[in-house]
Amino acid sequence: MHMADALLSPAVAGTMYIASGTAAAFSVLSLKKDEEPQKLPAMAVTAALVFSGQMINYTIPGTGSSGHLCGGMLLSAILGPQAGFLSMIVVLAIQCLFFADGGLMALGANIWNMAFYGCFIGYYLVWRPIIRSKLFGSGRAAMRARIIAASIIGCVLTLQMGAFSVVLETCLSGIADLPFGAFAALMQPIHLAIGLVEGLITSAVLCFVYESRPELLRDVMDAGEAAPKGGKSLRTTVAVLAAAALVIGGGLSLLASSHPDGLEWALFGNEDAGYAANMGLDEESFGVDSKAAEAAGNIQKATAILPDYSFSNSESPAGTSVSGLVGSVMVAVAAIMISMAGGFFRKRKAARVREYSDKEGGPDERVIR
Amino acid sequence: MDKTRNALNEFGMMDEFAAGDSPIHRLNATAKLLCTVSYILVVMSFGKYSLSALSVMILWPVLLFQLSGIPMGACFYKLRMILPLVMAVGLFNPFFDRGIMLTLWGIGISGGVVSMLTLMLKGILCLMASFLLAATTPFDSICASLSKLHVPGTLVTLFLLTYRYIGVLGRELAIMSDAYHLRAPGQKGIHVSAWGSFLGQLLLRSMDRAQELYSSMLLRGYHKHFHYAPTRPFRWKDFFFLFSGISFFLLFRMVDVASILGSLFVSVR
Repeated sequence: MHMADALLSPAVAGTMYIASGTAAAFSVLSLKKDEEPQKLPAMAVTAALVFSGQMINYTIPGTGSSGHLCGGMLLSAILGPQAGFLSMIVVLAIQCLFFADGGLMALGANIWNMAFYGCFIGYYLVWRPIIRSKLFGSGRAAMRARIIAASIIGCVLTLQMGAFSVVLETCLSGIADLPFGAFAALMQPIHLAIGLVEGLITSAVLCFVYESRPELLRDVMDAGEAAPKGGKSLRTTVAVLAAAALVIGGGLSLLASSHPDGLEWALFGNEDAGYAANMGLDEESFGVDSKAAEAAGNIQKATAILPDYSFSNSESPAGTSVSGLVGSVMVAVAAIMISMAGGFFRKRKAARVREYSDKEGGPDERVIR
Repeated sequence: MDKTRNALNEFGMMDEFAAGDSPIHRLNATAKLLCTVSYILVVMSFGKYSLSALSVMILWPVLLFQLSGIPMGACFYKLRMILPLVMAVGLFNPFFDRGIMLTLWGIGISGGVVSMLTLMLKGILCLMASFLLAATTPFDSICASLSKLHVPGTLVTLFLLTYRYIGVLGRELAIMSDAYHLRAPGQKGIHVSAWGSFLGQLLLRSMDRAQELYSSMLLRGYHKHFHYAPTRPFRWKDFFFLFSGISFFLLFRMVDVASILGSLFVSVR
């Protein structure tokens, strides 16, 4: 789900940076208020753990494929949402710099899509309410069921939101011709499956932590359910909850993928299908009949960073395109020549160093270089 | 196996590159960071169909690759991470945008093909730029320049510590998964019965390690912030690099150099 720089326009990337930056500033400030220094090493180590944990393949029984770990939920369950968010930022930034997973300018969007939803929405809307509730009754098995439910629902929900944001950001950037609805219909179901598996893995890890060191999960401790010994049927609970999450997530995904289409349809009508142009709205002139809207439109035209994509309609002189092509070939030749010149000079330098070391019996080439 | 080892190797490789010495390595980290960011921003701002204008932008990273002596192949290996999503989005362009933009020897090239190629080129260019930054600048220097750019100290310290511990935990995880796979031969990944305990074990140990780490930080006089070794100062050379970089980008953004070059050889009606 990592966005690449190429998919975003500068305006969208900048907006996402501002949004993620605000959330990060809030997290830093709220961490400063409480025990920040003690938490720092724990944050770093768990971030490193999530980073390397994502490399592990978990086989999904019955299929040939494998799943990965969902970082945001795990981190915010153990560290709390603010610290978890900062740790996720670090994970994403290192992935982007050293593994080219995502892009430097797309980082803001990636932080929002993966860390913000996973940590804040996942924690405040799913994890904490479920853990503190009296769902499934009381006792150890119930708490375990709550952990599993919270992880699965949290992962599915936040991944759906993340995937939806990817679609939204791409379409707002105006890079892809893929229609919004079709792109969403492509992304949501894929991420439903991914979210489900990630939720199961996250819940397995969190259950293990709950069994062995419940004091690490502070909300579980707050809920006053220290783990007494005994109890089982983990497998049944997992199965039941997986089915439940599938149903809930499926509904959500359907809603998310069909809704935009529905919205568009409702606004602009579908005359081909025999309906009248709904509400008398016309797609071209939609929303620009008032003077104020016109003025706003003009301002937007003046400040738009995105170029106006009317190339194919405008009189595009074929000559310009061909000369562009020829020019590009020349650029490619220039690039190759720069590379060859670089190689030539490096070889010559290496030869000189070798000569020197042969003559003087000096240190070998590797040391000098 | 294995992904963990591969990741560690890639990490080590980037460190080795960054420890090298070249005119580019010797530049100030802040200058390089700002230059990379503006390069990527300019590349992103190119229009959907401006393939020829965009192609000129490749000269800058190619030049830097040669000046810094970093092999370009290492960079393209990383394309496998970003290309899937870019491809997934871009591959649909030819189907939706079929207006013929250009006819070459009787073959019509549609706008969709041009915009798809532009998208891919953009992806490659942005990758080259950020790879160059990471490959010519040690991570400590990037962190130091981040803190100079007023990124909160908590975040910068977190960066440094995480970077340090990825190596440690990665190695530990690689050993664990080797041990697991030796006992479960022919199995592709971690079996469902061990999903929780595999990473959970390491998590518990890591939390203990974090406590020890904090104690040792305190013993070494840690007091809310780290002190960085003095980095390379911002000299005239750095200013020149940054200035020339940004002015080139802006020039290439505003003037379609490729078309002008080409029009010298192609007579336009």
